[in-house]
Amino acid sequence: MAGETVRRYGLAILAHLALIVVWYLVVTYRHVPAFIMPSPFATVATLGGTNYDWIGNTLVTASEIFGGYFLAVAVGVVIAIAFSWSSTAEAAVMPLLVSLNMIPKVALGPLFIVWFSYGIFPNTIIAFSISFFPILLNTARGFREVEPELLELVRSLRSSKWQTFVKIQLPSALPYIFSGMKVGAVLAVAGAIVGEFLGSSRGLGYLMLQVQVTLDTAAMFMAVILITLIGVVLYGMVIGVERLVIVRDARIQ
Amino acid sequence: MGSVADDPFIRVRGLRKVYRKGDREFLAISDASFAVAAGELVALVGPSGCGKTTLLKILAGLQSYDSGEVQIGSAAHSFDPSRDIGMVFQQALLLKWRRVLQNVMLPAEILGLPTRESRERAHGLLAMVGLSGFEDKYPYELSGGMQQRAAIARALIHDPKLILMDEPFGALDALTREKMNLELLNIWKKSGKTIIFVTHGIAEAVFLGTRVVVLTAGPARMADNIEIRLPEPRTLDVKTSEAFGDYSRRIYQLLGFG
Repeated sequence: MAGETVRRYGLAILAHLALIVVWYLVVTYRHVPAFIMPSPFATVATLGGTNYDWIGNTLVTASEIFGGYFLAVAVGVVIAIAFSWSSTAEAAVMPLLVSLNMIPKVALGPLFIVWFSYGIFPNTIIAFSISFFPILLNTARGFREVEPELLELVRSLRSSKWQTFVKIQLPSALPYIFSGMKVGAVLAVAGAIVGEFLGSSRGLGYLMLQVQVTLDTAAMFMAVILITLIGVVLYGMVIGVERLVIVRDARIQ
Repeated sequence: MGSVADDPFIRVRGLRKVYRKGDREFLAISDASFAVAAGELVALVGPSGCGKTTLLKILAGLQSYDSGEVQIGSAAHSFDPSRDIGMVFQQALLLKWRRVLQNVMLPAEILGLPTRESRERAHGLLAMVGLSGFEDKYPYELSGGMQQRAAIARALIHDPKLILMDEPFGALDALTREKMNLELLNIWKKSGKTIIFVTHGIAEAVFLGTRVVVLTAGPARMADNIEIRLPEPRTLDVKTSEAFGDYSRRIYQLLGFG
């Protein structure tokens, strides 16, 4: 068991390192110009530059991603719970949400800027709007797919609505909630960056547009890497909590 | 074990249940009548769609009925519908996220029974169903037969007077099923519970039941209520006896075979 874990992690880390090595070799031996593709070292070296405020911009982007994401988790799960309590609410609101979800969220960006002005808030809202729906959809499905006979079993004991929810419905739905949260985590990152592209004065997405003008490709690479790392941290957190909370057998792969 | 006539624990009279779907009606049960004495193991046998499960759900108070009378409890054996029913289904339906012991304790938690006592009881019941040492396993670590035994322990944790079983061994392989039948007889003897056991296995019904209620499909109706007098304790030898064959043949005929 332990050997298997070491093997799996070892291979995963090796694959990541191999990609960096290939990147280095291609850039160095094929003589790719730095404005097309900088080397890994040149990319990391941009962190030393004082004029880019890496920490500040990273914090801005991270707060948009995390803020929008956790808002989406909270709102998505709460609405799904409401649906599980009232089928009328679900029948009325779900089709509306499906229609709203068809709106390309990116297209709302300019509107959000009009409504909420530039800054962290509209970008947080874009991250929220794009990651909210898969979380809601998966959670709602989790509540729907509770074994009906399990509900009968506790009903034969005259369990209260609250007991049924806490002991049966919520734990049954949890694997689905995490499944939705994993999809949502990826989308939240994309949402926040798109928001920054559309209009903002801070953040890694904004920084990318700035350095694009000066053809500082290494800084663009670094920005992409930092955005990815924020996503990896978020995703890792979700998976970590999932492992703590959900028995292996019940996880949705 | 009191006789049925004096003081039945369960009395079903003229029970009728109709399912409605739009304008169409499906007769699930028409005019079922039978009585069960406290401590009996009654098998409800019949083909799929004959209303066995519906009847069980009506007894559990999970479903309404259209006319007739269902009465559970008697002067000697009181009955509280909220805590005197234990249920076992075809699927074990253990909660994946709980260990076996916590699964067994679920009904006790819902009923708010004292934790320490029900934990002790759960240990005792798991020993009775042959699952000592598996208390801390998760359901996925158990075989199908073991999961079903845990489900039986769960149905007994709150010491209910009536156990309702809906094809509890239907999903198990034939050999495991035979074994579980013997164990069920054992558990029944030890616990003294009244058990209603739904099955479509005629041999299973005759082997287990002190009484077999035969239901037929299309139209759904109750065909007969047969008292099974076979030597006790019932062992596998019973299955090769002449009486066993006679009972089985009679039920086959009621169900329209030859």
